[in-house]
Amino acid sequence: MSTILQHPRHLCALGGQQSVVAIPRAIPILHAGPGCGFKLHTGLGSYNGFQGGCYSGGAALVGTNVGEKEIVFGGEQRLREVIDGALKVMDGDLYVVLSGCATDLVGDDIENVVTQYRRQGAPIVYAATGGFRGSNLHGHETIVNAIVDQLLTPQEKISGLVNVWSTVPYYDPFWAGNLTAIQDLLAGLGLRTNLLFGPDSDGIDSWRRVPAAELNLVVSSWTGLSTAKLLNERYGTPWLHWPTLPIGGKETSRFLRAVTEAAHVDGQATQAFLDRQEKRYHYYFERAADFFLEFRWDLPSHYVTVTDAFYGTGISRLLSGEFGLLPLRHFVTDQPPLEQHEAIQQQFAVLSSELNAPLTFTADGDQITAELREHPDSAPLILGSAWERDIAAELSACHLSIASPMMDRLVASGSYFGYNGALRLIEDIYSMILSAVQ
Amino acid sequence: MSVEQQIRQRDAANSGTGVQIRERRLGSITGFVGTAGELVQIARAGELAERERSFTQAGTCSSFCATLQLSLIQDAVVINHAPAGCAGDFPMFNLYNRYGQGKRNLARQNARLLTTNLNEQDTIFGATHKLVDAIHKAFRAFQPKAIFVTASCTSGIIGEDLESVIEEAEQELGIPIASVNCEGFRSQIWATGWDAAYNSILRKIVRPPLQRQLDTINIITFIGDDYFSELLQPIGLKPNLVVPFTGVKQLERLSEAGATAHMCSTLGTFLAAGLEREYGVPEVKSPPPYGLDSTDRWLREVANLTGKGAQVEPFIAAERAAIAPQLEIHRQRFAGRKAFVAAGPSHGHSSMEVLQDLGFDLVGSCMFHHDARLDHGDPTGDSLQAATRHTPGLSYGVCNKQAFELVNLLRRIQPDLVVVRHPSLALSIAKLGIPAVFVDDEHIALGYRGLLRYAHKLANWLANPALERTLARTTKLPYTHWWLNQPPFSMLGEPR
Repeated sequence: MSTILQHPRHLCALGGQQSVVAIPRAIPILHAGPGCGFKLHTGLGSYNGFQGGCYSGGAALVGTNVGEKEIVFGGEQRLREVIDGALKVMDGDLYVVLSGCATDLVGDDIENVVTQYRRQGAPIVYAATGGFRGSNLHGHETIVNAIVDQLLTPQEKISGLVNVWSTVPYYDPFWAGNLTAIQDLLAGLGLRTNLLFGPDSDGIDSWRRVPAAELNLVVSSWTGLSTAKLLNERYGTPWLHWPTLPIGGKETSRFLRAVTEAAHVDGQATQAFLDRQEKRYHYYFERAADFFLEFRWDLPSHYVTVTDAFYGTGISRLLSGEFGLLPLRHFVTDQPPLEQHEAIQQQFAVLSSELNAPLTFTADGDQITAELREHPDSAPLILGSAWERDIAAELSACHLSIASPMMDRLVASGSYFGYNGALRLIEDIYSMILSAVQ
Repeated sequence: MSVEQQIRQRDAANSGTGVQIRERRLGSITGFVGTAGELVQIARAGELAERERSFTQAGTCSSFCATLQLSLIQDAVVINHAPAGCAGDFPMFNLYNRYGQGKRNLARQNARLLTTNLNEQDTIFGATHKLVDAIHKAFRAFQPKAIFVTASCTSGIIGEDLESVIEEAEQELGIPIASVNCEGFRSQIWATGWDAAYNSILRKIVRPPLQRQLDTINIITFIGDDYFSELLQPIGLKPNLVVPFTGVKQLERLSEAGATAHMCSTLGTFLAAGLEREYGVPEVKSPPPYGLDSTDRWLREVANLTGKGAQVEPFIAAERAAIAPQLEIHRQRFAGRKAFVAAGPSHGHSSMEVLQDLGFDLVGSCMFHHDARLDHGDPTGDSLQAATRHTPGLSYGVCNKQAFELVNLLRRIQPDLVVVRHPSLALSIAKLGIPAVFVDDEHIALGYRGLLRYAHKLANWLANPALERTLARTTKLPYTHWWLNQPPFSMLGEPR
């Protein structure tokens, strides 16, 4: 049984619409009730870092707005009408039809409708994303796998080409910045990245190139793994799964060495690149050190993460592994599949037994609040969603939103990925604290 | 009969009754093209027919509108009986809540919102047990004075029996618990959600009057600042802004006010009519007080209903005189500038009236729906007629947030300014390079002084359209060349 959630941090499978919006010139077509698209845009797009509607999202979202008539008599005819219109009105390269609760419950045969259009040559695919089927993270995987399954054909391999599957677009407000960071870092290793989402993606051309890659790089806690496995079955492409955020001097270099090995690139060239990056990183680290050493008495010694496992483990390794902070508690809020829980526990426990903190898997604000109340005098630094503002105030804690929903920050190209990402996180945390105390 | 007996009688009479959707209750439609005068006439004659679009963009649903009103009641809880995605609007309402609390000097706190997070199993076996748990969880966490259970497409289609759960929990917990029949698929008119929310308030919260407070005027609003005091205090009245940022106690006493008015008669129609029908609180039928003429009429009606007739004429004359010199300057500044309104009725009608008063050349408007009548049934409440009393030939469309249609239309008209109301729509307009002023505080233009306030805001926005020009230069709208060369309303079907 799925649990009741106070102040939820994820939405439903139809939230995969935002992953379509994240593909340049891709057009989502919602076969769903009249309010789904706008609500999901609101929760994942606008009131989550104010990422906006962009090209095909927000007010531009195509939807059948099914009503009583379609619930009673079926909505396939209505869907055909709207697809006909969308192919004429909307200027796109790829159309993705997503079902909602209402149309999945009444059992419209959407696959059949969409397949007919594809047979006639339209670049259109279908994904079953009725909201009750799972979270928007599942919805993201569903649409990605639908495109892989329904659109891709075998391609000649391109030497040094790496597909990147990282954090879920829009749900993670830093998704686009992360992709740019990964692209820049991998370029330093001499690799060419194939980005499927965001401003550096070539849209449908990038997607058609997916089978040509020599490696699938999955940089997220668990989303994208099923895609990598599917691509391995179809095209024999190996994958590297990196489940923790590479952030800071140690973790970023460890990540890049692993990529070097998996992609069979020149290790010496990588070492030279890492040396340059680390040198720059430690230059800024040293500059900030005066502040950390001298203002320490009034800064929180403990921190709490209320994020997905990817951010939680990475940030923990940065703050405890490089900056000397102590973990108080970790909450993993993205509801990873049960079989991942043990691995995630281990990823948190990697530093040392003294630096272990209790870990709870929950997306329920009520439970998070109750467990944090067990530490009434700790005044920690809370890195979570904007929902944690209340409990932070109650505990006199410092709070920075870094996870969905994030209605108290605006995110453009920001990212906490890599060497620069660590410095950016430190800037954000301590600027917030310095501002709050004055 | 004691008050308690009356309440029990009220509950028994209303038990389980959902509000009828606007399509049936008010003859509301989402598609029309013609002139404002034609629409007024057709609707008045009872001949307004829906025109459906073959192609549509995603709209909004009743659940969104219902939750917006209910989630801002400070000591209540909203439980959404739905899959988690229907909670996509929670973050927005939380921002509204904290922002509004700050403006009202209340302690900032999260809105109290839960989802039963329905999954596939729940759709097969039912999930009323989760609703029971959610009600208890909410009660433990917040000790609310009332709980609202909002329905969803899923809860509606699988046939969840909310009422029996609610009845039992009410008895156990001793607080009012109300279902809200705001299933998204039931209506294409998302304003039906206001009605569903107000219906639950009328059924379960409002009590029979203990003591009439005839100097208090209920004002049904969204989240705007209190500019109503400016209009009411000078004639000895005080506004009671509802429903956002109230408490349950305050709502219980809605029946005691001297009258009920609204900032938007489409918003408040169901609640105001209900308060008049059930408790004899008269509804101010005149369109809301935006623009000189409508403000005059509204004030006169309010004064008439509350016995303040003697104070009102000197006040109107004094206010009109006070703003006249500055208003004239603004009128000269805006003269000849072409304006367009894309919003929901009737607040959009108010904006049309205000823009005309400020000297703009109103070149057309599109509203998100049209109610053939309001719940009170009195044609003097026709805000479209009021806004176009001097300009009945105005080009007018009804278009439920269909950006493709609006973009096509505005690209031809090229107004100097578009006043836009619904979130997410401004970007589509701005990408055309047209200044798009989003109505965030819907009260800013209220009354006489509001005209000046609004004029300043518009003047500042128009003074530097660099944002829109940059967007027009650097971004693309997602519409094909083919579409942009079709007639704007060519996807609109015949009246049925």
